[in-house]
Amino acid sequence: MRANWFILRTCISERLTYRGDFAFATLVRFLPIVTQVFLWTAVYAGNTTREMNGYTLHNMVAYSLLVMVGRAFSSMPGLANGIARDVRDGTIKKYLTQPVDMLAYLFWARVAHKLVYYFVATVPFALVFYLCRSFFDEIPDLQTVAAFVLSLVIAFLMGFLMETLIGLISFWFLEVSSLIFIFMMINYFLSGHMLPLDWLPSLFKTWPAAQEFVSRGMMFLPFPYLAYFPASVMLGKHGGQDQWMYLGVGGMWVVLLFVANRLIFALGVRRYSAFGG
Amino acid sequence: MIAVDVRQLKKTYRVFRKREGVLASIQGLFHREYHAVHAVAGVSFQINQGEMVAFLGPNGAGKTTTLKLLSGLIYPTAGEATVLGHIPWKREIAYRRRFALVMGQKNQLWWDLPAQESFRLHKEIYRIDPGDFDRRLDELTTLLEVKKLVSQPVRELSLGERMRMELIAALLHRPDLLLLDEPTIGLDVVSQRKVQDFLKSYQAEQKLTVLLTSHYMKDVQALCQRAIIINEGEIKHDGPLAQIVDKFSTYKVIELLFAGETRPVGLERFGEVFDDNFPRAKIKVPRHQVPEILSALLSQFALEDVGVHDRPLEEAIAEMFTTTKNPSAEPIAAVGAAR
Repeated sequence: MRANWFILRTCISERLTYRGDFAFATLVRFLPIVTQVFLWTAVYAGNTTREMNGYTLHNMVAYSLLVMVGRAFSSMPGLANGIARDVRDGTIKKYLTQPVDMLAYLFWARVAHKLVYYFVATVPFALVFYLCRSFFDEIPDLQTVAAFVLSLVIAFLMGFLMETLIGLISFWFLEVSSLIFIFMMINYFLSGHMLPLDWLPSLFKTWPAAQEFVSRGMMFLPFPYLAYFPASVMLGKHGGQDQWMYLGVGGMWVVLLFVANRLIFALGVRRYSAFGG
Repeated sequence: MIAVDVRQLKKTYRVFRKREGVLASIQGLFHREYHAVHAVAGVSFQINQGEMVAFLGPNGAGKTTTLKLLSGLIYPTAGEATVLGHIPWKREIAYRRRFALVMGQKNQLWWDLPAQESFRLHKEIYRIDPGDFDRRLDELTTLLEVKKLVSQPVRELSLGERMRMELIAALLHRPDLLLLDEPTIGLDVVSQRKVQDFLKSYQAEQKLTVLLTSHYMKDVQALCQRAIIINEGEIKHDGPLAQIVDKFSTYKVIELLFAGETRPVGLERFGEVFDDNFPRAKIKVPRHQVPEILSALLSQFALEDVGVHDRPLEEAIAEMFTTTKNPSAEPIAAVGAAR
């Protein structure tokens, strides 16, 4: 554990090296939210009482802001590509010859990455939420906030594990850019980044069986836990019991992805040992 | 006591054979042809604890593959190896704590941070006692003359300074075995010398077992008594470095200093004249003919001085490599094995 703490500390120091670039990149990430607010205002034609699939304009902007928070936890820029690069150029040797666990190393490096990001982004986040406070209709209760915090932890763990899994495929393919692109496309749609996922069943209005299947089934996929679920928890879209059940499903995905990561890593290292190095 | 025991170790890679041309590339999408490359073809050797051994060979000879096998990065196609009592490719944490691998410029230091931070991380990863860590760091930075540079970001260091920091990172946990792959590659002569001097004194003092690959014969001559020469995956020589020239060089060099003002004529009758700079000249002659050629030269020319030398080590080794060269790859997979 002490070694992990030092990995975390060292990674934080490293992240803070290029402070200017990092702060700029962090701030620029807030720009899309401005376009989102304008976009949805245009879609709703400024009508604050009109509802679309159960969302008013206020709900929609609040949703977009909360998705931004969820993605701040689940998105892992450069993680899969970084693993692929390490496999290609041989940097991975460092992890295989030193008494460290590569996946734990990457995990703590990513925790450091995120902590620095939150440190830099807290003030802009607070400012954005303060300016957009009118879009939130009610203050959530303590139980909802607790579920939201847990959902963010799950979002972070799943984001890390899914992206690492793609990176580990580089043991077989070396280049994973196309896979990352496909993952990002699916993720954009199925995580609820593009639209709230509870809009999807309405696409099947004329086919009730499919509508029911999508409505029940989508929460059993891993993607909603990357963005949609934290936002929908905070907006009170799930009943008390459903909320905890879905947290359980998210937790099971974390366990499943963790096991898959360990397995793929072991197989990947075995393949690396047989074919390259 | 034996630190490294390698028995009939083999590593064969299956390599995709890519043919030229667009049509062949399209065909390659459906039908792939592979061939086997015997990177290491059944090598056996032993290294005693505290020994420093040079592992020599041309590019592609199998040196780095052997080091990778010994460090557990890859597992063999056949054969056995025991290093410090461990089977390397089991990659046990206990084994990883006992050796260090330094591969040229593939650095294990954090590029944007001072080396000091990488060292502290190593302290935790290898669980080095704080007192030992401070003592060793002080000792190593002093010996390698980088004490003032440890708080400077690694990216701002010269190549030579970075290499010395790499060595410190590798030695902080006091490994029993050091695997060094081209430790002086790309370094200027001053840095090369510093690294050599350090390795020599440190190894002697700590009784560290070292296996070193290098293309710089000066490294090898300065550091090692014993050399293992590998080519085409096979060991060609394993013994004292001094024996290499005797064993493999078929020529000697006669160096002449002529007396008088007249340039001698017909020198090429005695051998290959390769450094004709009157009044001096050097002739390459077959080893077994040295006595008679020397006597003929002495009787035919007025000489002020004469000397007979072995050829430099690198020339002897280069000669050996060129004379043993033959194709090492053979086709293994049927054409059409889809991947």
